[in-house]
Amino acid sequence: MSTQKEELEIAEGGVDYDALEDRLGDTAIDRESHVNAEGFVVRPDEVQDALFALRDDAGFDHLSLVTAQEYEDRYESIYHLKKFDDPTQEVSVVVPTTKDDPVSQSAEPVYRTADWHEREAYDLVGIDYDDHPDLRRILLPETWKGHPLGKDYDQNKPQVVSFKQHANPLKQDHKDAESDTMFVNIGPHHPATHGVLHLETTLDGETVADVEPDIGYLHRCEEQMAQQGTYRHQIMPYPDRWDYSSAGLLNEWAYARAAEDLADLDVPEYAQVIRTMGAELCRIAGHMLAVGTFALDVYGDFTAIFMYAMRDREKVQAVLEDLTGQRMMFNYFRLGGVAWDLPEPREEFFGKTRDFLDDLPEALEEYHDLLTGNEIFQSRCIDTGILEPEVAKQYSATGPVARGSGIDYDLRRDDPYGYYDELDWDVITEDGCDNYSRVLVRMQEVEQSAKVIEQCVDLLEDWPEEERDIQSNVPRTLKPDPDTEIYRSVEAAKGELGIYIRSDGTDEPARFKIRSPCFHNLSVLPEMANGEYIADMIASLGSLDIILGEVDR
Amino acid sequence: MSSDNPRESIVGSKAPQNKTRESRMGEGVDNRFNSRLREAFGSTPFILTKFDKFMNWVRGSSMFMLQFGIACCSIEMMHTYAVKHDLDRFGSGVPRASPRQADVMIVPGTIVSKFAPRMKRVYDQMPEPKFVVGMGSCTVSGGPFQEGYNVIKGAEEVIPVDIHVPGCPPRPEALVYGVAKLQERVANGESAPVTVKPYELERFADLDQDEIVDELAKEIDEETLVMRYNWTDSP
Ligand code: SF4
Repeated sequence: MSTQKEELEIAEGGVDYDALEDRLGDTAIDRESHVNAEGFVVRPDEVQDALFALRDDAGFDHLSLVTAQEYEDRYESIYHLKKFDDPTQEVSVVVPTTKDDPVSQSAEPVYRTADWHEREAYDLVGIDYDDHPDLRRILLPETWKGHPLGKDYDQNKPQVVSFKQHANPLKQDHKDAESDTMFVNIGPHHPATHGVLHLETTLDGETVADVEPDIGYLHRCEEQMAQQGTYRHQIMPYPDRWDYSSAGLLNEWAYARAAEDLADLDVPEYAQVIRTMGAELCRIAGHMLAVGTFALDVYGDFTAIFMYAMRDREKVQAVLEDLTGQRMMFNYFRLGGVAWDLPEPREEFFGKTRDFLDDLPEALEEYHDLLTGNEIFQSRCIDTGILEPEVAKQYSATGPVARGSGIDYDLRRDDPYGYYDELDWDVITEDGCDNYSRVLVRMQEVEQSAKVIEQCVDLLEDWPEEERDIQSNVPRTLKPDPDTEIYRSVEAAKGELGIYIRSDGTDEPARFKIRSPCFHNLSVLPEMANGEYIADMIASLGSLDIILGEVDR
Repeated sequence: MSSDNPRESIVGSKAPQNKTRESRMGEGVDNRFNSRLREAFGSTPFILTKFDKFMNWVRGSSMFMLQFGIACCSIEMMHTYAVKHDLDRFGSGVPRASPRQADVMIVPGTIVSKFAPRMKRVYDQMPEPKFVVGMGSCTVSGGPFQEGYNVIKGAEEVIPVDIHVPGCPPRPEALVYGVAKLQERVANGESAPVTVKPYELERFADLDQDEIVDELAKEIDEETLVMRYNWTDSP
């Protein structure tokens, strides 16, 4: 057994699917090929066996996404597994269930993060998960009727949404000699929740006894919208609106990468450099917003750091506007390249970008003086909101949240795309696991992004004029082969942003599923906040840097 | 005599304090109130205007915003408040965290079914007179998400809107213009007609009986407030 385990774990240069199939034995009843990985078909009552085997014996410790979908004749849940050590090693577990009795075993005992995913699958598609700790709607209101991504959903049916008043909290609350709990609603309209998030918080004195995020106040049907759009042009504007902290190009890249690999399109090198530069500019804008609003959360600083962060964001947005024509919703990537070349006169654009980069070290110095070097800030952030790496992995947290807990995971390096592997930059990790580390990671990532942009500008300046191809040849209507499935992800500002697409031979995707990093990052909040002070919970929430548009999609 | 105990003549007498105060007060009106404008009125410091007009002018010149973020547009709204665009220059840029202190609600984003009743409640909590600026295409019609199963087709389905600022998202300059327009209208005493019959919060027991209400009768208490969406009737 142990030798087999080693074999499965080492699997240099890719996964040995035959060995995996042997290990799964009778649990796998069939095998499918997806573009990104092989999928093993598993009976709905053996999901946990299969997943335990893959996690414990083959090292697939990262449940990246759960996709649920309805076919003409069946429901299907797909568990997309990866390894934190090497995300290019992937495998999928496909669980079909019948139409009459769509019950499938829950994966929650194996991966904690399956909890929210399966609730979402139940909510939107209508699959039941056996053995799930708490299967209720997550995005839509509890009184909703029907499952909107199912096949026979009638969108014109009226719906009733209740507005439950909370009875006098004190009456319900529990008060005796030992404890004294009070129920508090934080949100959905609250300045500290960064948007429309509702935290159902039970307090025991000043400590958080229990907190439960209630999401769905910004569920804008992004997946439905994408499924109604054509690959070539109609989908690209939507990714901008997932993570809307001006991080649009990073999101567009997620869609571009998935669709390009699905339809087998090339991207000219010149366009890849432009993409890389634009994406890193977006990352700076996103991290600046995170740092500014975090200062606002931690000590209500609406005057200095928030304003400085906004000042620097204005500069990035000005550069991005020159490049793409928009301040936030860029819609600049095209399948097979980008929409247009750098603005003329190029020297001016390069000059402006360089000016921004030259000013950046000084600005960061200022942030460090005001923020990380500040004693009040340190006492609020160091050793609060502890997130152990093991917990983070269980919830599939990624991005700066995972890297602040010492998990060395960055898709730009580990699963390279674009031009990143040609450039010289570092992945930042911090081992503190606390709010402070997460801020430090973001601030250092800004430096690294600046380094990447600088190298891209150098490259673009010297690019020979006759080789400036911004787009490859792409058919006017794109119709990938029917029943091709792909799951691809990129490193967005908040972490691993993935897209699953299944094509059905038409020019619109049959299923379009978004893996949102914020969704996972938010789901760890109870682990970080329970038993801590309420003020630290607010700081932890800020340090997770969630964008509700991406959480709810 | 120990200096630890002050002399009786000091402790018992109010004279030193009174003297100080009188010498500070000086004669006539306190000098600090005398502005240039006051001087211009000279010896007849009276102006004549209609009370309503005066009130409207006051209202329009100092508007308190509700700090209210919903979706992507709220990022541009933050930029509007922050350096560079600085909405405060126009006397309307101090966001209040509580609806009870706010005059204007900028609705910055997509409204979905779960949020609409909450937004209605926040609006109800604002004291009269209150005004609404709808920011972005989402508050005009649902914007890019108009066809979504969960998306309210414009803020006017829920609350009355005075000014619409279209765009996705509108630039900060556009929002500044929208707010300035609102101030102008308020100062002129104009009000916006309500064009759409909005969704209301109603008691569950007051809803018309139909299939869906029957189905929900087990789950929802009669007294609970609900909002009922008729997607087909939405514009
Ligand atoms: S109008 Fe556009 S930018 Fe504004 S909230 Fe709607 S989608 Fe977002």
